[in-house]
Amino acid sequence: MSLRKFITNKTTAALAVLITVFANTSVFAQDAAGAAAAPKVDMGEVYKSVIFYILVFLAVCLFIAIIGKAIKVYELSREAQGKPVGINWNRVHASLFALFLVIGLYGVYWEYTVHGSMLLPDAASEHGKKIDEMFNLTLIITTIVFVVTHILLFGFSYIYKYSAKRKAYYYPHNNTIEKIWTIVPALVLTVLVLMGFLTWRSIFFKVEDPNNKPLQIEVTSEQFKWSIRYPGADGIVGNKNYKLTTATNPLGIDFKDINSRDDEMADEMVLPVGKPVKLILTSKDVIHSFYMPHFRVQLNTVPGMRTMFEFTPTKTTAEMQQETNDPNFKYLFLCAKICGSGHYNMQKVVRVVSEAEYKTWIAEQKTYLNDDLRKQFNLPVAPAAVKSVADSATKDSVAVKTNQMALNK
Amino acid sequence: MSTIALHDEHNHDHADHGHHKETLISKYIFSMDHKMIAKQFLITGIIMAVIAMGLSILFRIQLAWPDQNFPFLETFLGKWAEGGRIKPDFYLALVTIHGTIMVFFVLTAGLSGTFSNLLIPLQIGARDMASPFLNMLSYWFFFMACVIMMSSFFIQTGPASGGWTVYPPLSVVAKAMPGSGMGMTLWLVSMVLFVASSLMGGINYVSTILNMRTKGMDLWKMPLTIWAFFLTAILGILSFPVLVAGVVLMVFDRSFGTSFYLSDIVMGTDILPNEGGSPILWQHLFWFLGHPEVYIVIMPALGISSEVISVNSRKPIFGYHAMVYSLIGITVLSFIVWGHHMFVTGMNPLLGGVFMITTLIIAVPSAVKTFNYLATLWRGNIRFTPAMLFAIGLVSFFISGGLTGIFLGNASLDINLHDTYFVVAHFHLVMGSAAIFGMLAGVYHWFPKMFGRMMNAKLGYLHFWLTFIAAYLVFFPLHFLGLDGVPRRYYAFTEFEFMKKWLTVNVFVTWAAIMAALAQVAFLFNFFYSIFKGKVSPQNPWESNTLEWTAPVEHLHGNWPGEIPTVYRWPYDYSKPGHDADFIPQTVPFSQTMSSNLPHDFEGNEEAEKIQQDWELANPVAENKG
Repeated sequence: MSLRKFITNKTTAALAVLITVFANTSVFAQDAAGAAAAPKVDMGEVYKSVIFYILVFLAVCLFIAIIGKAIKVYELSREAQGKPVGINWNRVHASLFALFLVIGLYGVYWEYTVHGSMLLPDAASEHGKKIDEMFNLTLIITTIVFVVTHILLFGFSYIYKYSAKRKAYYYPHNNTIEKIWTIVPALVLTVLVLMGFLTWRSIFFKVEDPNNKPLQIEVTSEQFKWSIRYPGADGIVGNKNYKLTTATNPLGIDFKDINSRDDEMADEMVLPVGKPVKLILTSKDVIHSFYMPHFRVQLNTVPGMRTMFEFTPTKTTAEMQQETNDPNFKYLFLCAKICGSGHYNMQKVVRVVSEAEYKTWIAEQKTYLNDDLRKQFNLPVAPAAVKSVADSATKDSVAVKTNQMALNK
Repeated sequence: MSTIALHDEHNHDHADHGHHKETLISKYIFSMDHKMIAKQFLITGIIMAVIAMGLSILFRIQLAWPDQNFPFLETFLGKWAEGGRIKPDFYLALVTIHGTIMVFFVLTAGLSGTFSNLLIPLQIGARDMASPFLNMLSYWFFFMACVIMMSSFFIQTGPASGGWTVYPPLSVVAKAMPGSGMGMTLWLVSMVLFVASSLMGGINYVSTILNMRTKGMDLWKMPLTIWAFFLTAILGILSFPVLVAGVVLMVFDRSFGTSFYLSDIVMGTDILPNEGGSPILWQHLFWFLGHPEVYIVIMPALGISSEVISVNSRKPIFGYHAMVYSLIGITVLSFIVWGHHMFVTGMNPLLGGVFMITTLIIAVPSAVKTFNYLATLWRGNIRFTPAMLFAIGLVSFFISGGLTGIFLGNASLDINLHDTYFVVAHFHLVMGSAAIFGMLAGVYHWFPKMFGRMMNAKLGYLHFWLTFIAAYLVFFPLHFLGLDGVPRRYYAFTEFEFMKKWLTVNVFVTWAAIMAALAQVAFLFNFFYSIFKGKVSPQNPWESNTLEWTAPVEHLHGNWPGEIPTVYRWPYDYSKPGHDADFIPQTVPFSQTMSSNLPHDFEGNEEAEKIQQDWELANPVAENKG
């Protein structure tokens, strides 16, 4: 028997298919076994070698080629026997689309329920709740459209598969239908636009309540860290000038501005719950993005520009730990705009605490202004050491008081 | 029609003496024949696509197994993957170049370049492009752009790595990252050449479509492919120059010390002298191109799928006029939506509100197009050719990806979704996968026209199903990462506690991506094998109405041997009742199809209507027709 005949022979082809299937499954079985019984034979190196994967791929290609040949043999033999064409591919694809629809819809359901339950907890800020509401509304509308259009798309593909007996329905246009499906999406989108617009306005165009002035916090980004500046007793974050940047004054704070002198540094962002916070965002070097997912807060930090975001945290960290059932839960903020090699690790912890806790915490924070900087800015340096301790202690308590006043304003 | 007469003479010249003058170089390399240039664009595009896909597999490996070593990576990448682990800087270079190549080199040049060049003259009935020489230049500028972009892998500091949007100051200040050195310079040079290429192409497409249509081919008889290419070319002509302007300013900032995009910058403690510029300016200029760009990518794909779906459903495309108007609507609106990329950049929030309105309006024409596709399939007689499968896949991706655009276009929702994996999932579905599927549909559909041979259908089926399933497996789960607040362009998810739960998903997505990449082997093999060994194509393999299938299978300079055929009807007379075949080519006059003519075919031409009425009176059987 010539090789060619041997290859085209139906039985051999079928055998080859079986053998390849068996070989493949046994390879995969070995995979599984290898993973399960790791101590027996260390397959780690094998899995890392490229050749192993190339061989697997070639085996798969061979397998596909053999199936292809088998199909061809089958079709040719059908043709030789004068029977109708072997495989009705139109029906195959129509059925595959129907199958894809069913499995796909289940897959979407699975994703929504399984991955959908791994998402961020409910918003921990006032405006975040509005965003979440909008999100849910949009999700409902789009999911309905998604499911319906896909049922139609794959359903039509299944129902109207080719048949030689049928002729398609000549239906070039219908202006009424066109109008309907222009106007209906337009109306739905108008609703979404209006809601989105109002929410957007309520986030960015806030009228300041004189009795509840927001707490100013300045955040400065640089490759690849954040610096936080609290306003100190006066409640105002003082001026900065990038030209004043030195090793001792890394943020370039201008201490000639009296508002700067009591500004405090912090390693983490601590916020009193229920109190509006006005973030002042700046950047030293490149653009970063200040992103605080749990509070639905994001705004880029741009060098040469001050950007502001005002929001009100509504849940303390402790409350959130309870809600998420995760005692290690922490709020945080991170960088969301590509900024260089350390982009993937630029984070700071945020703690939302009760007002009382906040007051004790803020009282412990140090000011940016130190003796070196005092000299640099020709400010009177605090006198002798002993006195300065006492002095700073009283100053601290004064600071706490004024701070409280600022908070109570 | 003096132009046509003139071109006829031109053609006779070629028929008589042209052929033996052709050398290898003038035929295959510096060719001025639109069909050859289309093939050059296509093959270059495919090579670039394979490269860009390879890059994506590299960074997917890093994302899936961030703490494992892969010695083979070091073998290939050397110092960029020391110890078999990709370095953060190189990871960013990978995503940057992946994005740049895919958006510009594959989906703009590879898609528009290929099919505009191939189909515009053939479908409107012209001998060649308005300026064949410009056309040739367009390809060679594109080729140079590709070479320069790829050459950045071979320099010390590596390719540009500030993301494909290359936002300054990151991309301008060389100290900010290694990729912002020489690599970025090459990126800018490459982009200038690329834009030049695409302008030359665009101007050519527009002038050819406006001036060189054959007799009878008025604008409303053009296939939707041509409409799509036409509007795409206009979009490109109007928006690409803005990118060049932006790029030139960036070159100035980088090399000549100007401050268009820079101000108040301190690298560590090193105070830069630049003052008065704004990094936001670049974003405006970039996105003024960047947003039309995504429509430059998707519109040709939509045009191709309109044609393919109509041909293979054996039905006229539903709402031809609505399809054209929605394309026009998208074209116009796409110029006033760029700000939705900048909702959270610190741009005046008032602008954010305005851009949100325009952005969500653009969903309306897109919705109309989707519904029209569905209506075309309804009661069709669908032949699942590989091209048709990909066209249906495109509609599915366009829906899935388009709907998530409604989230991102909403400024309030964008606050929390901006720059997360939700965005990645969104645009990979709606412009990545959908446009690639449009391109593949086009390749399978017009391969016989390009190479005179057929591609293997069964490998095409395999290619489609593997790719279609894998693409959903890759991109659908990514939405949920984004909803959990995972930002994009992260080198590893290991540093954040809340991201660790997504590591297994990343492994899954990477395997799906590898499956998608391997599925392309079926296509590549099929494509290159069929060029030489495929079955010889019949004259009109898909029984299509458009003009290109009347040109001989064997290519000749000038497309048609004799006179260019005259066009009498629109391109979508499929399954017209009263006609025996289920298609009527555009070149068949109404006088030959008296039994199937409909009143609106005559567009108010009273004389023709009267002839038809007389004929119907004389042949009463015809009255029974549908």
